[in-house]
Amino acid sequence: MNGYNFAYLDEQTKRMIRRALLKAVAIPGYQVPFGGREMPMPYGWGTGGMQLTASILGSDDVLKVIDQGADDTTNAVSIRAFFQRVAGVETTTATTSASVIQTRHRIPEAALSHGQILVFQVPIPEPLRFIEPSEQETRLMHALEEYGVMHVKLYEDIARYGHIATTYAYPVKVDDRYVMDPSPIPKFDNPKLHMNEALMLFGAGREKRLYAIPPYTRVESLDFEDHPFEIQAWDECCALCGSETSYLDEVITDDAGNRMFVCSDTDYCMTRRGEVA
Amino acid sequence: MNRSVLPRPDLERPALLDVHNVSRLYGPDKGCQEINFRLHAGEVLGIVGESGSGKSTLLRVLAGLEAPDAGHVAYHSANDDTLDLYAISEARRRALLRLEWGLIHQNPRDGLRMGVSAGANIGERLMALGQRHYGQLRAAGQDWMGQVELDPGRIDDAPRTFSGGMQQRLQIARTLVTRPRLVFMDEPTGGLDVSVQARLLDMIRTLVRQLGLSVVLVTHDLAVARLLSHRLLVMRRSRVVEAGLTDQILDDPQHAYTQLLVSSVLTP
Ligand SMILES: Nc1ncnc2c1ncn2[C@@H]1O[C@H](COP(=O)(O)OP(=O)(O)OP(=O)(O)O)[C@@H](O)[C@H]1O
Ligand SMILES: [Mg+2]
Ligand SMILES: [Zn+2]
Repeated sequence: MNGYNFAYLDEQTKRMIRRALLKAVAIPGYQVPFGGREMPMPYGWGTGGMQLTASILGSDDVLKVIDQGADDTTNAVSIRAFFQRVAGVETTTATTSASVIQTRHRIPEAALSHGQILVFQVPIPEPLRFIEPSEQETRLMHALEEYGVMHVKLYEDIARYGHIATTYAYPVKVDDRYVMDPSPIPKFDNPKLHMNEALMLFGAGREKRLYAIPPYTRVESLDFEDHPFEIQAWDECCALCGSETSYLDEVITDDAGNRMFVCSDTDYCMTRRGEVA
Repeated sequence: MNRSVLPRPDLERPALLDVHNVSRLYGPDKGCQEINFRLHAGEVLGIVGESGSGKSTLLRVLAGLEAPDAGHVAYHSANDDTLDLYAISEARRRALLRLEWGLIHQNPRDGLRMGVSAGANIGERLMALGQRHYGQLRAAGQDWMGQVELDPGRIDDAPRTFSGGMQQRLQIARTLVTRPRLVFMDEPTGGLDVSVQARLLDMIRTLVRQLGLSVVLVTHDLAVARLLSHRLLVMRRSRVVEAGLTDQILDDPQHAYTQLLVSSVLTP
């Protein structure tokens, strides 16, 4: 097919990545190194996620790709078109019909179900990197559960801003063991990581690391007793569908600077409006 | 200042550290070799000697940071186990350093996190121990800043806005906040102005007494050793040439090298 192997990557690379994925699933939240391959796109385009998607995709799969919460951004459209071309798989924008969802910044609002797989594109997989530049040292810190510094960062937030100011890539502890960076999702989505029915896979292309949260895994956002973890909230509801529970983006509607709040998850918003494509 | 107010070490309880024939050599007579001693609970042991005599090397071996080529170090832990320091896992050793011990570096920058506030520096070890109450962490930070004579109102300031002497106080607060059973200090007053040194020494002395700390103190400054330690090891070219009670050694040195050391420093 077009001279490409199914889903672009050669079978040996896919097997290698699948073996790494099995290890990641067996040790929730643990970063597994893998021999990443070059993809025909630059790193910022989510090559880590794409290699994982390519490795798990079968011909029966139905693929959805979102960037922020939208199916129609350039990035989402081109990744979807890529897999349509090199794997011939069916694609969809409907969260509930997808078997594999590749994402960059969001977890869909619709509840995921058992059997679905969410693939995250991760820019910086190491949650300890901000304090410790050495890879050898951070691996040792994970091995020894030396996680005091994660709370140092949250302490510093509260001291400076009066509250925990971290709003995305908010660190979590997975299955009471590994501290993990959930990729640049808003902290609004953190509670969806906890006991989710779907399998969640994370791939970082540049750093060649992957990790996983298996279905029904406990995932806890780090916090203090007297400054508990909280998600973002809005006074407005979605201007298009009226949702009061979804993650909202502020959009400017005209040159006069008028603005409104709308769901970041376009499929969720359209479904509520009865406009499913 | 009166030395006699240092509390007596506790000779009844088992020794905290038992050091048997420890050697760590980088070259002939460079490092430390054939070191034997015992550190009792509540005791301050000074290690003195000229530059390059091996004091810091020995301290690193004792603190679990550098494996000896020969010999072993036994540590009697808080839960009453006797641990062979280099037979246990690195994980266990690092946990000791984090949970039961403290390490005070000569250069406060090596012991502080320069990128976060004074309060975060003091709170870090408490957080590593599982303290998850911001208000209590802050209260502990302010309390300890007071104890080391820093203005608690500066709890949110970055260490780099503090003078060298203040940074050293902050490092001490950050280390002692968890009440370590055993503290290692390498030239804690080195690199500071003489006037700043005197006050800092006085403060260390007060804290050691109040908290009943057990300390291994490396210094090339005999005046510092005299002020703080019960007992001394005198090192020269990687070996201990003389050991004994501080007063005995400084007032009546037996080894020719110690005599030289004492006379060159203490005679007016
Ligand atoms: N990592 C190392 N590699 C090679 N040689 C070393 C190393 N560390 C120390 N040495 C050498 O071992 C000897 C003892 O050094 P050490 O730092 O223990 O002395 P010291 O008594 O602490 O000296 P100072 O008072 O100057 O701090 C010196 O000759 C030093 O050059
Ligand atoms: Mg030294
Ligand atoms: Zn909406």
